[in-house]
Amino acid sequence: MAGLAAAFGSGAMTNAVSELELSDTIFIIGSNTATSHPLVATRIFRAIENGGKVIVADPRKNQIADFAELYIQHNLGTDVALLNGMMRVILDKNLQDDTFIAENTEAFQAFKDALDDFSVEEASQITGVSVADIETLATLYAEAGSASIVYCMGITQHTTGVDNVKSLANLAMLTGNIGKLGSGVNPLRGQNNVQGACDMGALPNVYTGYQPVTLGPANKKFAQAWGVDELPSNIGLTLPEMLSGIEKDEVKALWIMGENPVVSDPDANHVVKALEKVELLIVQDIFLTPTAKLADVVLPGTSFAEKDGTFANTERRVTRVRKAVDPVGDSKPDWEIIQDISNRFGFEMTYTSPQEIFDEIASLTPSYAGISYDRLEGPGLQWPCPTKEHPGTPFLHKDGKFTRGKGLFHAIGHKPPNEVVDDEYPFWMTTGRVYAHYHTGTMTRNSESLDFEVREGFLEMNPADAKTLDVCDGSQVKMASRRGEILTKIMITERVSPGLVFMPFHFEEANVNKLTNPAFDPIAKIPEFKVCAVKLEKA
Amino acid sequence: MDYRNTLTTCTYCGCGCNFFLESLDGKLTGTIPCKTSPVNEGKLCIKGWNVHQFVQSERRLKQPLLRKNGELTEVSWEEALAFTASKLKEIKEANGSDAIGFFASAKVTNEENYLMQKFARAAIGTNNVDHCARL
Ligand code: SF4
Repeated sequence: MAGLAAAFGSGAMTNAVSELELSDTIFIIGSNTATSHPLVATRIFRAIENGGKVIVADPRKNQIADFAELYIQHNLGTDVALLNGMMRVILDKNLQDDTFIAENTEAFQAFKDALDDFSVEEASQITGVSVADIETLATLYAEAGSASIVYCMGITQHTTGVDNVKSLANLAMLTGNIGKLGSGVNPLRGQNNVQGACDMGALPNVYTGYQPVTLGPANKKFAQAWGVDELPSNIGLTLPEMLSGIEKDEVKALWIMGENPVVSDPDANHVVKALEKVELLIVQDIFLTPTAKLADVVLPGTSFAEKDGTFANTERRVTRVRKAVDPVGDSKPDWEIIQDISNRFGFEMTYTSPQEIFDEIASLTPSYAGISYDRLEGPGLQWPCPTKEHPGTPFLHKDGKFTRGKGLFHAIGHKPPNEVVDDEYPFWMTTGRVYAHYHTGTMTRNSESLDFEVREGFLEMNPADAKTLDVCDGSQVKMASRRGEILTKIMITERVSPGLVFMPFHFEEANVNKLTNPAFDPIAKIPEFKVCAVKLEKA
Repeated sequence: MDYRNTLTTCTYCGCGCNFFLESLDGKLTGTIPCKTSPVNEGKLCIKGWNVHQFVQSERRLKQPLLRKNGELTEVSWEEALAFTASKLKEIKEANGSDAIGFFASAKVTNEENYLMQKFARAAIGTNNVDHCARL
């Protein structure tokens, strides 16, 4: 998000999902779309039916790769080198869109200069992809009438995550593939309401609609609307910073609503220690998750089916959530729990419904100002939607008019991952999802049909490595990184290349996040879930 | 018999598909994809088709829990809320606003995220609010 915001002025998906059907070329990188975003994948398959071409770059082969015009398997953590290699080809072949660059962007020269001493051969050597494939990839993207980029956590969950995203923005601007129907840069959000949580200011530096908390008109406006003399204007702590703040005795209380960091965060052993240490741990959830088990007080919230509200999906579309059944047992909608605690704390809240809360949000948030529950009776609205008459905005940065004014090029070089393989830890390990489960499995593993599909964790391994280790399908192996070790079954598959293993992270009993590396991107603070070094042993 | 169809949005991924939740006498029984939704146009994935199953699971939390003598024990809302609010006050007074942190969530609604950051900023007085977007 930080990378796209720096380049374009907005971190959200630039196009509507349905527009993918109209793209001539779709470049998918670091997204296992068919598994993590099945209904986005549907649009991509339709694009292929319509004669569009799909190109896929991913260290682990995914389903869509089978339908791709070209699939390349680059080395883990070499996205910038691959993208710079593509852009080298585009410049060498003069395929860039000079008019778009001149009229709508800035800092192009510095970007171009930085690429001067980078050759396609070098890119090939770092990424393990042939020069010919990098050339084909570049030409397929650059010569398309309308090209879309689709990416997900395979791009962002790296210590170079922001660099990776900025490189994708460079690629789009270089060829003028942005701000048009079916043409843009599209991050798919990992969880269902990530977009909404960001829009609502559940971030340490902004209020709703990305209005900064630092001293300025927004800070004043919110203080006035909320009836307080002043609001804090220092930027708050991010999630990993709060956890390390506990260790340093600076953070004493933590309120966790609907998250399960013991399973979802890197270096799980470390997270558990922090949560055990904090003086007051409040966990609000619908199941007794491994995180809730550590709490001092557990507040039973309700699921999406038992309350009213709204979500914002990955294409910035705000839609209604409606109550279908009463809450189970004595559980309560999460907004009521917060309001009750706030009132007891001495800060009065008197909302009678989520609709009333939404109206307050709209009144304080320019991009949501035109949205109301009444208007959401139909198919929802895509923000920005500044007035009651505004129809919403399917694609951003129309005609090269970027949210930030001009699109900004960034000069970026390849950096290796924080942890690399060595003699002691000779395997690259990466993580992801499987089709039947969602995130830490709190909901899906409590669903009979979904649990039946995939019951337990497993480790994908190339047949060549299986032979060396003398293991077969279903054998147990011990996998260890510098941070911890787990036992897991293996699944032999050519989806991963020799030297690379993959494991899904939904399963607390084989919690791969005991192994993952908490080192994070210096700007986005996203941990490097996608790369760490491990050793394997037959168990 | 009380049979209902409620149009809503899927909670399992960022696609945000729309479907009707079917319920019979207060029990969720199934999902029906929404044909007019521009997002999914009448389709769902395996997760969406089964999304009603976890909601009324036996394992759901039904009562607040409070740690007493090291064990999480069922208590009334009154006791749980009073404990939480007074502990938060105590810690704010002793250690300052920035000693308190909030993890909001990509799984709850916009309204709930809004309310949590409002409570953190206006009532506690800290910008220590984040969620798993990064993860
Ligand atoms: S039905 Fe499947 S694709 Fe649609 S929102 Fe739910 S999980 Fe995502």
